[in-house]
Amino acid sequence: EIHEPEEVSVWFREGSSCCQETLARNQRFTETPVNMPGADKETDLSERIESFLSELKRCGSGAGSLRGSAETARETTALLRRITAQARWGNAGELMEIIRKEGRRMTAAQPSETTVGNMIRRVLKIIREEYARSRGSSEETDQQESLHKLLTSGGSSEDNFRQHFTHLKANVIEAINELLTELEGTTDNISMQALEHIHSNEVIMTIGRSRTVEAFLKDAARKRKFHVIVAECAPFCQGHEMATSLCKEDIETTVIPDAAIFAVMSRVNKVIIGTQTVLANGGLRAVNGTHTLALAAKHHSTPLIVCAPMFKLSPQFPNEEDTFHKFVSPHEVLPFTEGEILSKVNAHCPVFDYVPPELITLFISNIGGNAPSYIYRLMSELYHPEDHEL
Amino acid sequence: MADSDGRQVDGVNHATGKIYRLKLFFNNEGKELTKEEKQRLRKEKKQHKKNKKDDKGPPEKEKEKEKASVPAPSKPATQSPAHKAAPAPVHASESAAAAEKPAKSKAELRAERRARQDSERTSKHGKKEGGQQSASSKPKATPNELQPVVKRLPEHVQVDDPAALKKLAKKLERQQVRQIHSHVPLRSDYGYKVSLFSHLHQYSRKSPPTLQISIPATVIHPSIVRLGLQYSQGIIAGSNARSVALLHTFKQVIQDYSTPPNEELSRDLVNKLSPYISFLSQCRPLSASMGNAIKYIKKEISNIPSQCKEEEAKGKLQACIDSYINEKIILASEAISKYAIEKISDGDVILVYGCSSLVNHILCKAFEKQRKFRVIVVDSRPRLEGREALRRLVKKGIRCTYVLISALSYILPEVSKVFLGAHALLANGYVMSRVGTSQIALVAKAYNVPVLVCCETYKFCERVQTDSFVSNELDDPDDLIVTRNGKSHLENWQTVKSLGLLNLVYDVTPPDFVDLVITDLGMIPCTSVPVVLRVKNVDQ
Repeated sequence: EIHEPEEVSVWFREGSSCCQETLARNQRFTETPVNMPGADKETDLSERIESFLSELKRCGSGAGSLRGSAETARETTALLRRITAQARWGNAGELMEIIRKEGRRMTAAQPSETTVGNMIRRVLKIIREEYARSRGSSEETDQQESLHKLLTSGGSSEDNFRQHFTHLKANVIEAINELLTELEGTTDNISMQALEHIHSNEVIMTIGRSRTVEAFLKDAARKRKFHVIVAECAPFCQGHEMATSLCKEDIETTVIPDAAIFAVMSRVNKVIIGTQTVLANGGLRAVNGTHTLALAAKHHSTPLIVCAPMFKLSPQFPNEEDTFHKFVSPHEVLPFTEGEILSKVNAHCPVFDYVPPELITLFISNIGGNAPSYIYRLMSELYHPEDHEL
Repeated sequence: MADSDGRQVDGVNHATGKIYRLKLFFNNEGKELTKEEKQRLRKEKKQHKKNKKDDKGPPEKEKEKEKASVPAPSKPATQSPAHKAAPAPVHASESAAAAEKPAKSKAELRAERRARQDSERTSKHGKKEGGQQSASSKPKATPNELQPVVKRLPEHVQVDDPAALKKLAKKLERQQVRQIHSHVPLRSDYGYKVSLFSHLHQYSRKSPPTLQISIPATVIHPSIVRLGLQYSQGIIAGSNARSVALLHTFKQVIQDYSTPPNEELSRDLVNKLSPYISFLSQCRPLSASMGNAIKYIKKEISNIPSQCKEEEAKGKLQACIDSYINEKIILASEAISKYAIEKISDGDVILVYGCSSLVNHILCKAFEKQRKFRVIVVDSRPRLEGREALRRLVKKGIRCTYVLISALSYILPEVSKVFLGAHALLANGYVMSRVGTSQIALVAKAYNVPVLVCCETYKFCERVQTDSFVSNELDDPDDLIVTRNGKSHLENWQTVKSLGLLNLVYDVTPPDFVDLVITDLGMIPCTSVPVVLRVKNVDQ
């Protein structure tokens, strides 16, 4: 991967915002089913997909993406809705094929951005559900105990979705719109639960920058007074941004370097962090330094609370060592000014850390609080097992 | 009774120290001594002291009260019964009110003082500061068995107490030589301090301690001024480097010293050194190794017999200092390397943190002995000392990898051993070292990687500490500011009222994270530190 200089990416970002504008304008046309000439639709659609893919590719060059995962999720879902509306398909099976194909390309563009894959699987599940509803089979029978289903499968899973239903398109689009509304409300849903978890005069520790945690703490600060310690999370030092943003709401904040995490942990009452992905076993793929933070919290028996919306839940397991980690340019760690020794030294700059589920106390998501042992159940409600591999 | 009056004074030299204490008691009763009376008293005391050859008690008692040193347990215990015995016959005489005339005999003065001390001691018993008067906590038992349980609280952890700060300022003013009125400057704190650490100093590197020193600085030797500046700017860093630099500077000071008439070298030199030590601790709080070195020098100085000629005495002292450096630092590191090399096997992946001169020495020696290993250097902001270690190791030809401390969980599965350096080893087995060391030990424990700490015995310290808050050092908070992509978010952190930056220098590692401590006396577990201290004390 070529590490592109910042100026270029800024230009592209501006490009994408006008891309979004045209998207918004065109939505007004596509919401009401109008028959536009087929060829135009197709090229327009593939153009959009291409631009989305190129943005994804560029996203990974450095610290937290240029956009947050919520935005990525929303854009993916909007793009999938467009595909549903504009692509040519006759029955549910074909639609799922198209979406799967595009989805594979999208996840290949940026494998570490798991929200893209998650949204695709959600949409596939929506399609399955709508299809089942159109066919008339009740939803309850489909939601049996997964173990039971294993034993008795045969049955429904197999009509290959070949039947044609006229209102399927509209139903699917409506369901995707619901999904979009849900996505927009996730941060608010999570922050609403803040007062249940933070009491007054607490010392809360966090690491790096997470927009979810920021909103969570700001919401609690409206009614309670507490103190926040932010670990700056070298080398990108996103903790600094978090601290200045929290200070604007008059929250007492202290910035500490990563090396002092264990030293100050004994005075901390709670650790609240965000994450990039929640894995299928309840573990986390979070920003580097989080594992140390979790171990220190465990040593002092301090509860570790993870604020993660449901679109971050991914059906991946952490067992693939070589694909788990993502690295960025080591000049963040050892700059080129160090001179000669650079040729004799290996420098690493990993971006993510794995946090095992035993170290986590609670997940707070838009559907409420859960223990890490419950994550597998939530996953079975969100994704169909056949979609785990796109 | 006012709180401050009952508190123990940082003893300067025994003569003025005693006068200081005396003055406080007089203030209690609302009477003042005039300046001439004070000077007369002072001269009298000095004469009296010179006649008392048998009584080695006072100098050691004062030494115990030196800010920089850990109190020597055995001596004061012997001294107090001696003192108590002497004025016993005179005790009957009434302890009349103060306003004291040299007309009173010295024995009577001493008796009065003792009586006042006793009364104060009993009244202070209920107070929290009881521990500060080490006189009040002396055990009656035989000296070599027990040590005084409560030690005096060092000044550098009492920043939040205005009375203590006032006393420090007064003490610094008083450290003048004869009639010259220049004094050791008091450095002011910088910036907003996190509330958990308001009892510690926080200085800015941009305002050096020499701003207020007048030129010429007659109180402070110029090489001491230079040393202080080097400490405060971070040019000399690392406990071994600081101790060695301090000892070399003291050699220079001793070289330039000349005994004034009517004074004894053994007494006067100690007095001369005290303002220097205060100045250095204003530049940067003294480390445990420096404290032990200073204690050793003071003991050597006061052990110089009075018949010794000046040149001879100076030569002796310089030889002592040289042998101290040689034994405790240079030869010790050789011995430690020998033990440590036994623990390094071929194919090892060794993790080190920051820049410890001892650990670097060990690795270089092991590489010379043809061991095949590679090193992972872990570093942390804002000091980034690991880069220096990286340079030294790469120059030697050792294969190195470099990561920041946040990538520790990524790199640890590859590591077979962790070698850490220490700033001091505390008597309860805790290891005080650069901030981040405890984190490394914690994560290494989670991955079952053995942690070995390398430390010379002269860094062993009698203090005990369980967390990193009560006694620590706060570095310049501006160091945390970083500029990335042309933006630095924390630039105006002073203007934002709810934002604080915390730049800790040290932290303590609990002994259950450390598997082995390698010292020049051998390889010991972390909990054997008090045994070593006891053995050392008996030797001395």
